[in-house]
Amino acid sequence: MFSFFNIKCDKAHEICNKSQYNEATFSEKLKLNWHLLTCKICRLYTKQNSTITSICKEKAEDVKMQENNLSDLDKEQLKEKMEKLLQQ
Amino acid sequence: MYFYPVSETKTNTLNPNKWIDSYADYLYNYTIARVNDSDIAKDLVQETFFSGLRSAKNFEGKSTERTWLISILKRKIIDYYRKINSKKGQAEVRMSFYDNGDNEGNWIEERVPQSWDKSAEQNIENDELKSQIEICISKLPQKYAMVFRMKTIQEFETDEICKELDITSSNLWVMIHRARTQLRECMEINWFKK
Repeated sequence: MFSFFNIKCDKAHEICNKSQYNEATFSEKLKLNWHLLTCKICRLYTKQNSTITSICKEKAEDVKMQENNLSDLDKEQLKEKMEKLLQQ
Repeated sequence: MYFYPVSETKTNTLNPNKWIDSYADYLYNYTIARVNDSDIAKDLVQETFFSGLRSAKNFEGKSTERTWLISILKRKIIDYYRKINSKKGQAEVRMSFYDNGDNEGNWIEERVPQSWDKSAEQNIENDELKSQIEICISKLPQKYAMVFRMKTIQEFETDEICKELDITSSNLWVMIHRARTQLRECMEINWFKK
């Protein structure tokens, strides 16, 4: 019974990472939480991992607002190169 | 200059003269979301158009012009990913966080996380903090940075990334894991140190 719950720190991190994206399964979450009860270092790691996730989420919001377009100059240069290829 | 499809039943045609005005920005945005580098993105878009021209005679008109160009671009992105994945010069610093001996799978003492400065931690909307994470991501080996960005910043689904880069999901999680452990350490040293 308890061997089901017994995971090492490396496995705990794997689950912890998945859960950052809500992709850990129910049984994985159980195992992780059980491990966290007994492992202080992984508790800290999990907390910090979540902090990193929150920062990245903030960044993701910024990125969504950005528009990336090619400059007119880039497009002109590209057109010239295309012309040359078309003439060949 | 027009390229007509062979069969009459097919309706889509290629019109390379209009490619840049019609699709350059679309392809560029598509690429930048995946490679996060304007120069590389420009190169890949250019190569896509060139390959498109060269293989225009193979266009069967079954898909739209745009879909067809995207399918070429997708190949280019996989090629780019494989190139950075196999880069030899940039020898990967294999940082080990876990013990291999008696204590297998557990923390190595020097690598144990330290508690972070509370006041710094609460302030996640801070712009400087966001630039710091950007610096730390850019210090990662390129392939980890690419996968991590796609997953975390661009918020792609796992399946989508696996399909686009032609990797397995366990492969993806290993890279996410390495990226995150290195990021955590980088943030600790540069930002959260008490």
